[in-house]
Amino acid sequence: MNAPLLRVEDLRTWIAGNDCDVRAVDGVSLDIQRGETFALLGESGSGKSITALSIMRLLPDAGAIVSGRVMLDGLELTALPERQMRDVRGRRIAMIFQEPGASLNPVMTVGDQVREVLDRHLGVRGEAADRRVLELFEAVGIPDPSRRLGEFPFQLSGGLKQRVMIACALACEPELLVADEPTTALDVTIQAQVLELLREIQLRTGMSMLLITHDLGVVSETAHRVAVMYAGEIVETASREAFFERPAHPYTNKLFASIPGSRSRAERLAVIRGTVPPLTRDFVGCRFADRCDHAWDRCRTTAPSMHRLPDGQTVRCHLYAPECVEMRGRPAAVAQPEAVPAIGAGTLQPSNHPLLETQNLKIHFPIRRGLFKRVVGQVKAVDGVSLAIPAGRTVALVGESGCGKTTVGKGIVQLLPANDGVVRFDGVDLANLDPAALRQRRRDFQIIFQDPFASLNPRMRVSEIVEEGMTALGIGGSPVERGARIDELLAQVGLSPDMRYRYPHEFSGGQRQRIAIARALAVDPRLIVCDEPTSALDVSVQAQILNLLKDLQERLGLAYLFITHNISVVEYLAHEVAVMYLGRIVEYGTTAEVLRAPKHPYTQALLSAVPSIERGTQREVIRLQGDLPSPAAPPPGCHFEPRCPRAMPECKAAYPGESVVSTTQRVRCFLYPQK
Amino acid sequence: MIFAFKPVVLWTDALIFALIAAIALFVWYTIRHEHLRAPWRKVMRSTGGMMAATVLSVYVLIGILDTLHYQRALPLEKQTAEMRFAPEVLSVLDALTEPLRLKQERTFSAPFATHAHSKETMQGADGTTRRDYPRLKFGGAHLKNPQTERAADVARGVLQGIALGALIWTLASVILTGIVAAHRKTSFAGTSGALWRGELDVPWRTVLVTLGGLLLVGCSLAVLSGRYHVFGTDKVGQDVLWLTLKSIRTGLVIGTVTTLVMLPFALVLGIMAGYLKGWVDDVIQYVYTTLHSIPSVLLIAAAVLMMQVYMDTRPEIFDSVTRRADFRLLFLCIILGVTSWTSLCRLLRGEALKLRELEYVQAAQAFGVPRWKIMARHILPNVFHIVIITTVLGFSGLVLAEAVLSYVGVGVDPAMNSFGTMINAARLELAREPVVWWPLASAFVFMFLLVLSANLFADAVRDALDPRARAQVARPSFHWRRAGRQAGSGA
Repeated sequence: MNAPLLRVEDLRTWIAGNDCDVRAVDGVSLDIQRGETFALLGESGSGKSITALSIMRLLPDAGAIVSGRVMLDGLELTALPERQMRDVRGRRIAMIFQEPGASLNPVMTVGDQVREVLDRHLGVRGEAADRRVLELFEAVGIPDPSRRLGEFPFQLSGGLKQRVMIACALACEPELLVADEPTTALDVTIQAQVLELLREIQLRTGMSMLLITHDLGVVSETAHRVAVMYAGEIVETASREAFFERPAHPYTNKLFASIPGSRSRAERLAVIRGTVPPLTRDFVGCRFADRCDHAWDRCRTTAPSMHRLPDGQTVRCHLYAPECVEMRGRPAAVAQPEAVPAIGAGTLQPSNHPLLETQNLKIHFPIRRGLFKRVVGQVKAVDGVSLAIPAGRTVALVGESGCGKTTVGKGIVQLLPANDGVVRFDGVDLANLDPAALRQRRRDFQIIFQDPFASLNPRMRVSEIVEEGMTALGIGGSPVERGARIDELLAQVGLSPDMRYRYPHEFSGGQRQRIAIARALAVDPRLIVCDEPTSALDVSVQAQILNLLKDLQERLGLAYLFITHNISVVEYLAHEVAVMYLGRIVEYGTTAEVLRAPKHPYTQALLSAVPSIERGTQREVIRLQGDLPSPAAPPPGCHFEPRCPRAMPECKAAYPGESVVSTTQRVRCFLYPQK
Repeated sequence: MIFAFKPVVLWTDALIFALIAAIALFVWYTIRHEHLRAPWRKVMRSTGGMMAATVLSVYVLIGILDTLHYQRALPLEKQTAEMRFAPEVLSVLDALTEPLRLKQERTFSAPFATHAHSKETMQGADGTTRRDYPRLKFGGAHLKNPQTERAADVARGVLQGIALGALIWTLASVILTGIVAAHRKTSFAGTSGALWRGELDVPWRTVLVTLGGLLLVGCSLAVLSGRYHVFGTDKVGQDVLWLTLKSIRTGLVIGTVTTLVMLPFALVLGIMAGYLKGWVDDVIQYVYTTLHSIPSVLLIAAAVLMMQVYMDTRPEIFDSVTRRADFRLLFLCIILGVTSWTSLCRLLRGEALKLRELEYVQAAQAFGVPRWKIMARHILPNVFHIVIITTVLGFSGLVLAEAVLSYVGVGVDPAMNSFGTMINAARLELAREPVVWWPLASAFVFMFLLVLSANLFADAVRDALDPRARAQVARPSFHWRRAGRQAGSGA
């Protein structure tokens, strides 16, 4: 084997905290070969980003490398003076970050930002630099590069900004590219473009790549080798093939099992009990022992070392120690299912009578300009959406960011006034209700938000948060009865009633989302609009919340409008799916129909862009050109026409009407016979 | 003779009592809520903040003593007559500093002077007239031969003061250590050791050192001021130290009562503008933009002069000079408050605009929680750190504003002592030969200390309360620096 390009040996990085140091990275060793993509996989707080920042020596002020070595082609980076390190950064190792908007200087044109890198490291100036920037912009697939050179970051979309960042990183043809969650902030269709681009560039230039991600799908699409991080340590390294065929470490196995999808639809998702241990203390045994189904005494007393399996896979687990071979066949201790007291009637039979119905719902935001704030245009966030949600069912609303799906949710729960159209709940038109009657109706429909950190008032106790809806709507009886109800609700969402006097900051993201669910349940709603409730959570925590939502639906007969961009969640949870594009629903049908036999070209592209971890199903990614157009100036005709691979002349002329594909599936596309 | 008195509550007194009650309530509420207590604990741990707080509390003590007003009973003329009270309204501070107040010279005298500042024509016992510096009535009057005895006398006074200060300080530190020991449930000696080694969470050592310095200086001044005019006398012969002490209350009242006047405007209008948006926001914005574009000195001058005319034409509504001056002070606070709420209002509007889009506010809207309740429960508690930071920072600005306004002549009543009137009076005397520097210098030193400690305290409060201010973390030594140095030394 050749000498690796980057070798990290026993790296330890500590972050100074208020009370004690956090050992964010605690003994990480890894090798990255030339031309290889090495994925570092882990949940939030596992130390993967700090590892990358340590390699770049870009740690925050409070952080420091305590011990260990980072060798780039034999050059010891940790001992390099800062002056020389600056030559390495950008020249030999480049980095791209998660948030493309925050990584570009907003007052410099994107061309100048790339030119700056060229000037700093290669001393290329003037016309030569201009030529090189143009070349780079073409290489990263920026359309119309000569015009884009002179534009500022705010004029570019998220996908283009990330491309500019990649151009900056590639400017000096680095040997190693560190990509820290490069596609997490992007939509799936854009993510597919960026991953494709990175793969292409790697093939062309032969650089190595350290890809940091939490997304198994991204790993499976791009990586050659994978390392899994848990609590500051690498617990498993493997080639991609071995990793996806035979994940070895119990943690990795659990991660795979907690990904929702159609195969697990009938059953509950596997959850990893407990939480990641705080990294402020010394560990005696295995760091995963407390959450592991296979753990035995040895795991709690002795820290496991890395064991090499015959095919080169390495695992930090006692199960693979030669002397513990007999433990491997032992059945796993069954994880305790979360105790959820049964309340209310059993499974409700889904009825065909829609609980909630929207007809041609339109929500426009006026664009105001000038001294007198004249309305000069409309952002048509929601432009004629018709939906029907039957009682006890889940309808998923799928689409990319900016397509208006959150606005639909807010319009339905009457947080935003509709410009046109009808929202009917149980046959009652909500827009025609007077404020008092609407307030009474509000108990029937509630909303759960995406960000568990912004959705709870930091100055209120849990009991006050849960109680608020009951007092506002005047239900729940006396304060004592309400107190009892709060205890019941907390138990229902899997929290203990003695948490009621705590403040939100004492809870983790998953627990906060449970509190938000308890708050919505407090008023006995019949419909809950779930606005991406799991997209801010880790996979294992997401599994807990999805299980909870499914349980609650079975017990209480709730209907959900599930707004998401995550297709695997849709597969697991939804009965029906509506696909939204630029303010309109382009395809509607049962989950099986839409996900297995998508009809609309956009749905087809969207589904093909989702990175899959199932290696067998090698599919063709339909690459979409460009980005979502602005809803302030939608294209004439079909909104999808400018990006559609199957556009026809008539698509430019008019927006297609509804085509009925089956009794349940409808699509708006000229490819199918119009009604 | 019976010492009888009648408590008098002036307008500003009532407001100060209300403010003290509000602060007490706030402290009580904060102590019971862990998330509110945490940032204040951080304030308690900052050395600069505690030092400033110690100095500030001395000022506040003087201010409160000067706020307890009363009228003395007049000697009874007949046994049957009802009690009559002197028209003069005095404060507890006046009573404590009575020697200073009553020892009035004829005119200017320098600090520690035994003779007047300027020559006068005097008639000798033998009928001859001569021009010389006359002896002062009170300053150093006990000395037979001032030229030779004064230095030793002053030194003796300082020593006595230091002894007294040390005594009080020892007493205070013993009491403090006792309280801390009881709180920590450790032995007195152990606590004392930890305290002086600086091992306690709260920097009590700093507090004690500051207090020690203040006590030594203060007691020396107290002892000496019985014999001399330590800061000299002003044009009409009043003791400058007394004037300065009396000015403290004025400064504090301006700084705090103005805040009290300003807060409701800023809070209600700012949160309403940010949360309700639409035409409410437009109206409020136009109001504060308009108000902000008028030079505030002009606005204040116009209002104060109108008030002046009103009061001059109706002398019967005030039964004493003190009441009249007090009313004018209150009016000044109100007009300052009305002109100074705009900046806080603007800040709160911006914050409310941001908060109203947060998901917990929308969740409350989805429950149909009334708008005023959302503003009170969800917006107000989450902007409170801004309110505290702004008011504490604004305090020193207001003290300075009073000085400027009094200097311009639209400040407090001329009968009321304030830093501004002192500076204004001293302005002309700076041109005299030899220069009369002491009224200005003492006003400056006292005001400077007040404003500096208020600013330092505000800084500590902001550090603790501002969520954007990042926590200071101990910086561990950097491995690569060490490694780099080793490599460098090896080469």
